[in-house]
Amino acid sequence: MRLAALLAAAAVALAAPGFAKDAPPTERDPIEQARSVKLANELRCLVCQNQSIAESNAELAVDLRRQIDEQIGAGKSDREIVDFMVARYGDFVLYRPPLKATTLLLWGGPLLLLAIGTLVGWRVLRGRQAKTDERPLTDEERGEAERLLAAARANREGA
Amino acid sequence: MNKFVIPLAVFAILLAFLFVGLSLNPREVPSPLVGKAAPAFQLAQLHKPDAAFSHKDMAGKVWLLNVWASWCVACREEHPVLVDLAKANVVPIVGLNYKDKPDEGRAWLKQFGDPYLLSVMDRDGRVGIDFGVYGVPETFLIDKQGVIRFKQIGPVTRDVVNKKILPLVRELEKQS
Repeated sequence: MRLAALLAAAAVALAAPGFAKDAPPTERDPIEQARSVKLANELRCLVCQNQSIAESNAELAVDLRRQIDEQIGAGKSDREIVDFMVARYGDFVLYRPPLKATTLLLWGGPLLLLAIGTLVGWRVLRGRQAKTDERPLTDEERGEAERLLAAARANREGA
Repeated sequence: MNKFVIPLAVFAILLAFLFVGLSLNPREVPSPLVGKAAPAFQLAQLHKPDAAFSHKDMAGKVWLLNVWASWCVACREEHPVLVDLAKANVVPIVGLNYKDKPDEGRAWLKQFGDPYLLSVMDRDGRVGIDFGVYGVPETFLIDKQGVIRFKQIGPVTRDVVNKKILPLVRELEKQS
């Protein structure tokens, strides 16, 4: 009985720090949190250019994440927040830049390359097909083929 | 002969692309702010923390806004250039002390010389964000109407001063 009580006391004592370590409940609305993360994922960090500002720990990225949070808190729409960033840092901050005259090649490039590849492939295949076109043998060719076959047969029988 | 023309042409084009690519600096992102009005700001001065300074105080003047910090290594590199430019007395330079501790900022200017008309403190970097600052140092040339005319990303060199900033300052000074 005493042992059980001791064990229980030990369990409580051991568990207590566990409770203490629990993360404090965030006051943020989970929907706002999700919006903030989504926006941060779509914006490029200009300091470490191959990371989004969600991934980067550069100071600027931290500041920009704070900006996003503040603007969401102020009731700004996603569109307005993205526009805020683009007005300051240009289309370069967007991982999905808008389609316009200066980005036409960027968006159309892959399609253009696909079209060129298809055209080249088609032409190569056509050329190859033309070379292997089947046509009946001429009498001359048939005679030659038969002569060769007969020679081969005679060779085999002789050996 | 004909067989080699197309692959050679493709190769030449590829080479041209790669060559141009080599000479581009991916860290220099063209600012959308050039040609637009400089963002409004009002900040406390580094040397007179009780006094404020706003973009309006420079209205009607051609001026430079130089973003600097005592923790910024490249700023040391450009600093002598700015000190010389200030001595020439052709264009006032305002310093934006970006995300710096005021004491360290002041000590830094004491050590290396102060080319600034005055410096303002942007301790949390908000004005920096408004100016699209992503790497210190950055320098903006602002005209009499308060429009940004030129932006230098990275240290200002003597070459940039002589070839870009000074000619543009002279031109902008002529405008009313």
